[in-house]
Amino acid sequence: MNSISKSSNNSLGVVPSWWRRLLQFFQQLFSRPVSGFGTAITLVFLIVALISPLIAPYGANEIIVADARQPPSNEHWFGTDNLGRDVYSRVLLGSREVLVLAGFGTLFAVLFGTLFGLMTGYQGGWFDEITMRIFDSLLAIPALLLALLLLGTIANSKYSVLLVIVVIYTPIVARVVRSVVLAVKPQGFIETARLGGESRTRILLREILPSVIPTLSVESALRFSYAIFLVASLGFLGVGVQPPSPNWGLMVKEARAYVTLIPWALFFPAAAISLVVIGVNLMADGVKRLMSPDQID
Amino acid sequence: MAYRQGNDWLQAVRDVSFHINAGETYGLVGESGSGKTTLVLAVLRYLGSKGSIISGDIYLGDQSMRALDDQELRQMWGKQVALVPQNPQSSLNPSIRVGEQVAEIFRYQNKLSEPDAKLQTLEWFQKVRLPDPERVATSYPHQISGGMQQRVLIAMALSISPSLLVLDEPTTNLDVTIQAVILDLIDELISEQNMAVLYVTHNLGVISRYCDRVGVMYASELVEEAHPKELFSEPLHPYTQGLLDSIPQFGETKDRIRLQPILGQIPAIGQGPSGCIFRPRCPVAIEVCTNRPSLFPAGGNRLSRCHRWQEIALDDISVQQTPPSIERQQKGMAEGRSETLELENVSISFPLQRSLNDFLRGKPRKGVQAVNKVDLVIPSGTTLGLVGESGSGKTTIARSIMGLQSIRAGVIKLHKVSIPDQLSRRDLETLRQLQIVFQNPQEALNPHLTVGETLRRPFIRLLGLPRSEADAKVIDLLEAVHLTAAYANRYPGELSGGEIQRVALARGIASRPDLLILDEPISSLDVSVQAAILNLVNELQRDIQNSILFISHNLAVIGYLADQIAVIYVGTLMEIARQSDLFQPPHHPYTEALISAIPQIDPQTSHLPIHLDGEMPDPVNIPTGCPFHTRCPRFIGEICANTAPRWQIDPRTEKRIFCHIPLEDLLSSQAQSTSDGTGLE
Amino acid sequence: MAFLALTVLLTSLLVFLVTQWLPGDVCRIVLSREAGPAAIENCRQELGLDQSLPVQYINWLRDFISGDWGTSYSTNLPIFPMVIDRLRNSLILALVTLVISVPVAVILGVIAGLNANKPVDTVISVGSLAVVGLPEFVTGLVLIWLFSFGLRDLGLPYLPANSSIPPEATFFDTLPMLILPALTAMLVLLAYIARLTRAGVLTELHQPYVRTADLKGLPRRIVVVNHVLRNALLPTITVIAISIAWLISGLVVIENVFNYPGLGRMMIFAIDRRDMPLLQAVTMVTVLCVALANLGADLLYSILNPKIRFH
Repeated sequence: MNSISKSSNNSLGVVPSWWRRLLQFFQQLFSRPVSGFGTAITLVFLIVALISPLIAPYGANEIIVADARQPPSNEHWFGTDNLGRDVYSRVLLGSREVLVLAGFGTLFAVLFGTLFGLMTGYQGGWFDEITMRIFDSLLAIPALLLALLLLGTIANSKYSVLLVIVVIYTPIVARVVRSVVLAVKPQGFIETARLGGESRTRILLREILPSVIPTLSVESALRFSYAIFLVASLGFLGVGVQPPSPNWGLMVKEARAYVTLIPWALFFPAAAISLVVIGVNLMADGVKRLMSPDQID
Repeated sequence: MAYRQGNDWLQAVRDVSFHINAGETYGLVGESGSGKTTLVLAVLRYLGSKGSIISGDIYLGDQSMRALDDQELRQMWGKQVALVPQNPQSSLNPSIRVGEQVAEIFRYQNKLSEPDAKLQTLEWFQKVRLPDPERVATSYPHQISGGMQQRVLIAMALSISPSLLVLDEPTTNLDVTIQAVILDLIDELISEQNMAVLYVTHNLGVISRYCDRVGVMYASELVEEAHPKELFSEPLHPYTQGLLDSIPQFGETKDRIRLQPILGQIPAIGQGPSGCIFRPRCPVAIEVCTNRPSLFPAGGNRLSRCHRWQEIALDDISVQQTPPSIERQQKGMAEGRSETLELENVSISFPLQRSLNDFLRGKPRKGVQAVNKVDLVIPSGTTLGLVGESGSGKTTIARSIMGLQSIRAGVIKLHKVSIPDQLSRRDLETLRQLQIVFQNPQEALNPHLTVGETLRRPFIRLLGLPRSEADAKVIDLLEAVHLTAAYANRYPGELSGGEIQRVALARGIASRPDLLILDEPISSLDVSVQAAILNLVNELQRDIQNSILFISHNLAVIGYLADQIAVIYVGTLMEIARQSDLFQPPHHPYTEALISAIPQIDPQTSHLPIHLDGEMPDPVNIPTGCPFHTRCPRFIGEICANTAPRWQIDPRTEKRIFCHIPLEDLLSSQAQSTSDGTGLE
Repeated sequence: MAFLALTVLLTSLLVFLVTQWLPGDVCRIVLSREAGPAAIENCRQELGLDQSLPVQYINWLRDFISGDWGTSYSTNLPIFPMVIDRLRNSLILALVTLVISVPVAVILGVIAGLNANKPVDTVISVGSLAVVGLPEFVTGLVLIWLFSFGLRDLGLPYLPANSSIPPEATFFDTLPMLILPALTAMLVLLAYIARLTRAGVLTELHQPYVRTADLKGLPRRIVVVNHVLRNALLPTITVIAISIAWLISGLVVIENVFNYPGLGRMMIFAIDRRDMPLLQAVTMVTVLCVALANLGADLLYSILNPKIRFH
C-alpha cells in the first residue's frame, strides 16, 4: 500500500494488503534455498495429489498378473509389486490418500482449534478451565496412541481416520492459539477496543486474530507434517486402512514380506513418504523463520 | 583516553572525537538514535558482529584498543574498563547467586582463594550500602529489588579499580527516590578512585549535577561540548537550545509558557541529510549550512558544530523562540464547578493464590492491597496530576475508573452518578465519556489496521455515526492533532513513537469524553517529542474542555501540566494540593523527598537531595499505621508506626496532607531548610 | 501435582468411555449371533455390563488400581503379568535409547548453538531438520536395510532384523536385538532434542548477562560453561519430558518394525483382535508412564530453576 519506510523510533512491521502480502510471503519462502526446496516439494506433491487420476498410467488396483514382480522398466517406472500392480501409479494415487486425508484433517483441526483457542483465551472463566482440562487429558495420551485407541474401537474407514486426526490435533492448536491470545489480550489496543464498546466478536476477529495468524501458520504447517506422518504410520500398522487402498504406509507393510524379491515396491512408497515429510518440515521451518524475523537465526 | 570513530554500514556514529582525563567525569547526552549506545559498546569494544569501527581509534592511555586481540581484550575488560549497565535485572545471571557472581571476579582477576573472595565480596557489598550483605550474597537476582541489583553491579564495576568507568543510563529504570540515592552513591565512590568516567544519559539534570564536561550527541554526531554550567546557561548549538526549551522546569506552568518542541523528527540511522545534520530542524539554518560544519573551538575548552556559533554566542541571533503568551485561565479548586469524576473511599486489592499449606490450615487468602481508601475529585475542565513511584497504585486507580479493574470498596461517580465498576455493566454513553491513553506506544494501536480504520471506530461505535460521516470526522480529528490527512492510510508500523501517541490521543478525544485519562503517555518518548505531545494535550483541552487525569512519576512534567496534584505512595494518598501550592512548604515528607530527588538543570537552585532509607515496601506487606513510616526522614515515633494519620487541611491553601506531624511544624522546618539550601541532613 | 492426578483421572475416564462405551455391546460381539438373550444377559452380568455407566467406571477404576486387570478376551490369559512383562521390555528399550541419545543430542545442540551459522551448525541443523520428520518405520527399515541386509550381504557380522525375544533369553542375549530398534529411536530423538537445545543456547547467548560476564574479563570458556549453559540447558529438561512422551508412541511403530515384544506390539495385537480389556490396560499403563515422566520433569525443573524454587 505505501512505501515501506520505518522510522527509527518504531519497530512494528508493515502490513500491506493481504493478498499482496501472501504473494510476498511465498516469494520470501522461495528466496532461501532450504525452505524454497521444501516448499517446492510440498507444492509438487499437492499438485500431484490433485491431478493423479489424470496422470497415473494404470489404476490403483489394476492387476497385471503377467507383469508381477518386475523391476523398474519403461512400462512400469517404479516396477510392479507382488500382485502385479504398477507401483508408480499406486504411489501417485496414494498421494491423494495421504495428503488429502492429512490435509483436510489438519484444516479442520486448525479451524476448530482456533475457534476454541480464541474463545477460551479471551473469555477465561470456567469455560476455559473445563475445556482446557478436557484438552489436557486428550493431550496426555501421545498422538499415535490416541489414534490407535480411537481407531481400535470405531469403524475402520477413511472417515474415521479423518475424525481421529481432527480429534487429536484440535487440542494442540487450541492450546497454541490460546497462549497467543493470552499474550495479546493485555496489550493497549485491545483494552482500548473494549473500552470503545466494541463487541466481543469484532475484537476477536479484527483485533486479536490478525496477531494470531503468524503463529498459527507455523503451527498449521507443523500439524500438516505430523498428520502425514500419522496417516503413514497408521497405514504401516494396518490400522484405519483397508487393503487394497494405495496408502503409502500400507504399501510399505505389504511389501515388507517380499522385500528381498521386490525391494522397489518398498523403496518407492517409503521414499515418497520421506520426501513429503521432509519437504513439509523444511517449509514449516521456513515459515517459522519468516514469521519471527527478529529471532536470532 | 581519546576516542574517534565512525561505525559500520549504517553510520551509527560519525566522526566523534573527545577525550576524558583521569579523575574527570564526562557526560554524554543524547536521545534515541543519537548513537550514544553504539558509542558505549564501541568504547568497550563489545560491538560484536553487528557493528565495527570503520575509521578512527579508541585509546586507553597510550594503548590503541582496536589493535587488541581477543585474549588482550579480555584482560582489558577484566582490569581496566568497567560498565554499569542500564537494566540491572537482565545483566545478572538469573541462575547464579549474586554473591558468587561478584566473588567470581576476585577469584579470576585477583587470583584470590574462595574464602578471601567471599570476604572481599561482602566488603564491597557494605561499601555500596546493601542492607544485610550476607543475605543478599546468597540470594538470586530475582529475589532482590532493582535498586539492590544495581548496587551489586556497581560493586562489580568498581571492585576492579578500572581506569575507565562507563555508566550507561544506570538509573533510568529505577524509582525517582532510589535514583537519587544511587546517583549519590556512585558519585561518592567515584571520587575515592581517580578514574575517568563516561556518563551516558538523556537526563540533563543528572549531567548538571555530576559531570565535569558534557558532550551532546545528535543523530550520530557530536554537536557540542562544554562545561555543564556553560552548556545550560548559554548553549552554542541550536539543538542544545532546543532540548532545553522543550523540557519543563520547575516554576513553569502551562498557563505561562508553551514548551518549545523541536519540530521534525530525529533522522533514522544512516538517513541523515547532507551538510549539517541538524539542518532540517534548525530554526536558524542558512545557506552555508548545506556544508557539513566541523567542530569549531568556541572559546575556553568549548566546542560547537554550528556554523553560526559566534552569532549565537553574541546573542545576535536567538535560537530561542519566544513562546506566545496564553490567556491565563482562572482555576480554583472546585469553586462552583461541577465535578466530573469522584472517587469516594475506593479500595482495591488483588487476591493471591493460597499455597497448599495455608489452604489446609484454613488460613484466609492473603491479598495485595493495591489502593487504600482513596478520595479524589476532578472538577470539570481541569487537570488532576497523580504522581507516584512504582507500586503506588496509580495505574490501578486509572484502570478501575475505566472499568478494567474491580474495586473492593468505595464508589466511583461520574457527574455525581455512581457507575458500575465493571466494564461489562456500563452503558455506551458512560463509555463515551471516559477515555484513556496508555503508556506504551508500541502497543497502543492495532498494527493490522490503518490509522483511519482505528480512528473511525469511536465515531461509529460510540457516537453511532454512519461510516461516511465518520471518515470525514477522522480527517478533522487528524488535523486537530496536527497530522495530515495522508496519515489516515498509514499503518502504525510506519509511524514514529510521537506520531503514534498523537493518534492515540486523537482516538481518546474522538468521542469528546468528559474525562480523559493519560497514563504516563510521554515516558517512552524522546525528550524533544514529549514537549509536542504536552502542548497538544493542553490545546485539546482548551477546545473540548474535558477533564484530565494525568498519571506520571515525573513531578516536573506534572508540575507543568496539572491544576491540582495528588501524591500517592503504596496505595495511599499522601498529599493533595493545587499546582501553585505543591512546591511550597508545608510538604508531606514524601512529597518533600520527591521534589528534592529531581536533579535540576539550573545549578543555582540545586540542593542536596533527601535520601530515603530502605526500599519501597512489598505490596503484600504494607507497613502498619502510616505506610511511609519505614522510610520517613521525619519519623516522630510510635504513633507513626501504629496509627493511621488523619487528613490535615492547610487553611491558607486548602492543601491536604496525610501526616501526624502538625502543619505548623512542617512549615517551619521545611521553610528553613529551603533557605539554608541544605537538605534534611 | 494434584493437577496431574486430575488429568490422569480424566484420561482414564476417556479411555474407559472410548473402550467400553463406544464399541457397542461387547457381549453381542463376543458371543456368536445365535446366542439367545439369556446367554447375552448372563454374559453381561458376568462382565458387569448390566450396571449403569458411572458404576461401571468406578468398578473398573477400582479394579485397575488394585491390579486386577482381568483376562484378555482373545488369549484368555490374565492381563496383568502379560502387560508387566512387556512393559519391562519396552522400558529397557526406552532407557537404552534415552541414556545414549540425550547426552549426544545435547552436545550436538550446544555445539551448533555456539557456532551458529558456521558450517558445523548448518550441517547439524539441516541434518536434524530432515531426520526429525521421518516416520519411524522409514528410519527403521532403512537401518535394517543398511545394517542387517547390507552387512549380511557384505559378509560382515550383522544385526538381526527381527527382535523377537524368546522367554528364556538372558540380558546379554537380548543386547544385539536392542541395537537396531534403539538406533532408530535415537535418530529421531537426537534430531528433536538437538534442535531445541540449539535454540535455547542461541537465546541465552544474546542476553545482557553474558555481556556482564564477558566484561568481567573471564575467559570465553568459563563464560560459556558457567553462565550460558546453566540457563540454556534448563528448558532442555522440558524437552526431554516431551521426548519421552514421543518415544512411548514411537515405540509402537518401532516395536512393530522389529517385532520387538514390547508394550507397543501388544497394543496393536489388542486392536487387531478388538480385545478391550487388554487395550484398556495397555493404554492406561502407557498414560501413567507419560504422566510420571512429565511429573519427574516438572519436579526437576522446579528444583533447578531458582526463580521457581525460591518463590
